[in-house]
Order: sequence, then C-alpha cells, then structure tokens
Amino acid sequence: MGVLSQALALVFDGYVLWVILASAVFGLFVGAVPGLTATMATALLVPVTFFMPPVPAIAAIVTATAMAIFAGDIPSCLLRMPGTPASAAYTDEAYAMTKKGYGEVALGASLVFSVVGGLFGTAVLILAAPALAEVALKFSSYEYFWLVLLGLASAIFLAHANPLKGVVSLLLGLLVASVGLDNPAGFPRFTFGNTELAGGLTLIPIMIGMFAVSEILRNVAAIDRPWEMAQAKIGNVLRGMWGLARRYPAPIVRGSVLGTAVGALPGAGADIAAWMSYAVSKKFSREREKFGTGHVEGIIEAGASNNSALAGAWIPALVFGIPGDSITAIIIGVLYIKGLNPGPTIFMNNGPAIYAIFLVFILANLLMIPLGIAAIKGAKQMLRAPRAILLPVILLFCIVGSFAINNSVFGVLLMLAFGVAGYLMEENGFPVAPAILGLVLGAMLEENFISSMIKADGRFIAFFERPIAGSLGVVVLIVVSIPLLRRLFRAAK
Amino acid sequence: MPGQKFGPAWFPGLIAFGLGICGMALVFLGIRAGGYWVQFPEWVRSSTARAGVLAVLGGLLFYILAADKLGFHFTAIAILAVWVRVLGASWRVTAAVALLAPLIIHLAFYKGLRVPLPWGVLERWAF
Repeated sequence: MGVLSQALALVFDGYVLWVILASAVFGLFVGAVPGLTATMATALLVPVTFFMPPVPAIAAIVTATAMAIFAGDIPSCLLRMPGTPASAAYTDEAYAMTKKGYGEVALGASLVFSVVGGLFGTAVLILAAPALAEVALKFSSYEYFWLVLLGLASAIFLAHANPLKGVVSLLLGLLVASVGLDNPAGFPRFTFGNTELAGGLTLIPIMIGMFAVSEILRNVAAIDRPWEMAQAKIGNVLRGMWGLARRYPAPIVRGSVLGTAVGALPGAGADIAAWMSYAVSKKFSREREKFGTGHVEGIIEAGASNNSALAGAWIPALVFGIPGDSITAIIIGVLYIKGLNPGPTIFMNNGPAIYAIFLVFILANLLMIPLGIAAIKGAKQMLRAPRAILLPVILLFCIVGSFAINNSVFGVLLMLAFGVAGYLMEENGFPVAPAILGLVLGAMLEENFISSMIKADGRFIAFFERPIAGSLGVVVLIVVSIPLLRRLFRAAK
Repeated sequence: MPGQKFGPAWFPGLIAFGLGICGMALVFLGIRAGGYWVQFPEWVRSSTARAGVLAVLGGLLFYILAADKLGFHFTAIAILAVWVRVLGASWRVTAAVALLAPLIIHLAFYKGLRVPLPWGVLERWAF
C-alpha cells in the first residue's frame, strides 16, 4: 500500500498534472495532422522531457502517444489520410462511413473503443509486468540473447512484406550501434580518431532525424497536394456507443487481447496490431460482406487493438529493456537518462515511479474521452493549420532538440544525415523500424552474444541447452521461417 | 585482442558478412526484376516541392556550418524565412514566423530549460 500511496502522490502533483494536460493537447494535435506520427511526437518531446524529473518526463510521453494514436483516426475519417500509421488499417473503412453520413459514429467508435483497448492493455501491463519480472530475474545471457533476437526478428518477419530489406535495415542499425568505445572489449571501433564518435552516436538526434526530419521531407515533397476534407457534420459522438458495445462484445475483447499481445511481442507495435486485428475482425465477422463499405465492426476491433498495443509494448520494455515498438525504443533511452534503468529489478529499485507511470496510463486513457471529443469538434480547425508554417517551425524545433542533448552542433549533423538516410530508405521500401531497434538493441545483443560465446567456449549448441533459452531459440527460428512457411502455404493452395 | 577468442572485431565482422550476403541477394533480385537503375520520384517535377526539399536540406546544412559563428538567433531567422517563404506563405506571414518562432524557442529553451544556444556575433549583447 505504501508504494501505491507514494505513486499517487507523485502523479497528483500540480506540475505533473499540468505536464499531462499540455502533452495531451500536443499529442492530439500531432496525431491529428497527417504526416506527423506518434513516434515523431515522442522524438520531439524527448528534448523537452530531458530537463524534467523522471515521472513527469515519462508521463508526458505516455499521454502524448496515447492521444496521438487515437487522434490519428480523425483525419482518417475526414480526409482519408491516416494521421499515424496505426490508423492506416481502417482508413478506407472510416472514410467510407463518413461518406455515408456516419462520420460521428466512426469517430465515436474509435474514441470510445480506443479508451477501452488502452485501459485493457494497461491492466495487463500492471498485472503481467511484475510477474514477468520475477521470472526474468533468473535469466542469463543466453535467454537475453534470444529475447533480443526475437524482438529483432519479429520486427522484420511479422511486419514487413519484404524481409530481405528488413534485414538490411536491421544490419545497418546494428552497424551504427557498434560505433564507439561501448563494446565488451572497450575497444574504439569506427571512430576514425574523432572524439565525437568515440562515445558512440547519440540516439536522440538519430531518432529525431529518422522519424521527424524524414517525415518533414516527405511532407515538403508532397506540398502541392491539398488536403480535401469530406464535409461531415459532427454531432454527439458518444450517442449509440453503448449499443455498439453490446452488439460487438467479441470484437472488443478480441481486439484488446490481440493488440496487447502484439504490442508485448518485442519488435511489433500498434500499426501491426491494427492491421492484424482488422484482418481478424473481417475473418470472424458475421457480416463479412459489409467490410470496406463503411462498416463499424472493424474500426471497433482495430481501434481497440492499436491503443492496447501501446501499453502492451511497455511490458518487454520495462522488464527486459527490449522495446516492443519504435515508441518504446525511444522511451528506453529516456528511462536510462532518468536513472530508471529497465530490467527485472526495476520494480524493486524504482517501485513508486513505475506505479506512478501505470497510474498515468490510466489517467491518460480516461482523459482521452473529454479531450478526444474536443479534438473531434476542433478537427476542422486543426486540419486547416497551414503546412507552410507548421513544417518549418517543427524543423527548427528538431534542430534545437538535437542540439540540446549534448549541446553540440554534431547532434544537428547526425539528425540531418539520418533524416536523409531515413527518407531514402522509406522511399525505396526499406522499413526504418528495424534499423532503430538494431540501434537500440545492438549493444545488448553483442554483449549477451559475446559473453555467451565466451562462457560456452564457442559451442553454439550451448544457446539451446537451458530450457527457457532453448524454447526462445525455437520461437525465434519459427518467426524467422514465417515468410518461407507463407510461401509454401500459398504454393500448396 | 590477444588471448581473447571473441574480440571487438567479431560482431562487426558478422554484420559485414550479413550485409554482404543481403547486398548480393538484392543485386541479384534487382537484375532479375529488371527496371531502371535510378528512378526519380514524381515530386521532382513540381517546382515548389523541389525548391522545398532543397531549401530544407540547404537550410540544415547552413545551420550546421554557421550556427556557432553567426549565433542561433540570426541563423534561425534566416533559415525560417527561407523555408516559410519557399513553402508558399506570404511575405507578411514569413516575417512574423521568422521573428516569433526563434523568440519563443529562445524563451523556452535558453531561458526556461537553460540550453546554451550559441550567441555567435551577438555574444557581447547576450541576455
């Protein structure tokens, strides 16, 4: 009980509540503007949270991302453009509903069931993470090696159509991660005698480059294309939601469970969860023929799914330090900066702070209802924000953010280089997420791999000799062979 | 590393091996699929988009080279003005954004968060 009351005191503090409110508004705005993603909201927030105490810093990110993932549904309905990739799975469906005159049902459903999914994911996080931490205390370098590899493998083989390009992206991330002195031997690698490179490349400017600058380049390149808004009168979005909840209980539960599970799987996040849930919803629906014509069922299931994935992704991030998606990849960096080192002991060492973060999750999801309604009402104004002003101001903010981490222009250089790299990669079909995961997990992968190899004296079979390590190894092999199995399955058909 | 079987070159070696294999596979698949060696995206044909992308890249490069000498404020005003104008805003809007945004960042980051933004030529008048 002591921990809980300490956590309550940490959250219900004027400053923290103010930060939560401000980041909620920020998250809604970033999520609602097409081309600005939830990951970008996180990357932009980091330089600001850098200067805050741990709890408000993490609270800002938790709130902003939850709001952004919901708000991504707003332009889906009104513009047929997903505000964030997590809404892409059901953008056509939502837009079709607006066209038919059911825009407020679509928006209401995505709001209400986002909250339901978010709360479900949070409940699982609160219950599962401490239990998992007990088990994780017994893990050795073999288990960690496989867990990291599982995260990297599922980011590539579950998410992307072209696993080969995913692997290339991952290897590039791992290569960048190996720059500097931070390796098991403490030996300078790829530093070219440069002192800036000796400490390794700083993560935050790279993230800002890959997620914000590349996105701005894409937006600038598309500046000629105007946004066309479907004219919809938005009335009371909450009307009829109870009826929908009673009519579609199975999709709500299924979406929340699948979303949390996909989120908790290291490497796969909200966007993959939404795609999978939409497909599952269609498969099990009694009105399958209505999908694609403006039917609410898939929006309910996938909308619950992407928000529950957000909380699910925190499970491996907190317990193992392995990010569940690209947002938690950034958050892990913040946790280290704030001295809340992720790992199985986090609940013993930082109990009150972690429970405070859990409370923020609940608070953010509850806050989503009133603020979400306001955002829907104000959507037309938000979407009218002129890009000619918005993009340059965000870019200046990126510069200052990259500079502020080390107070060095080298950060801005990193941001530019990785921004261009990220843009070119995405344009040519190379997903960026595996590179980021490789970058975050590179040191951990190498350390556990090398120390396992040294312990086993080079016998690779030792990686399968402990029961949990062996099972994890088999799971990794299954995930890696998914594209192959898919091809065989298709050939057999 | 003497006396150590798995030294610092081991892991980058594995990465290089993997990149080599994947690179060869990509080249092989690319040749088999045919198509162009280099293909420019559609937006290259739009003059606004072209100018915008060049302005973003050039502006960032200019900031990296000039910020320490010229100072944050002048550099920021210059690149913002170019960006906002190139992306199609009126002169009046351009001037307002270019002056207001650096001021807000100055107040929030320099004053509020104590980020030592470089003053450059304004060093003597720093406040």
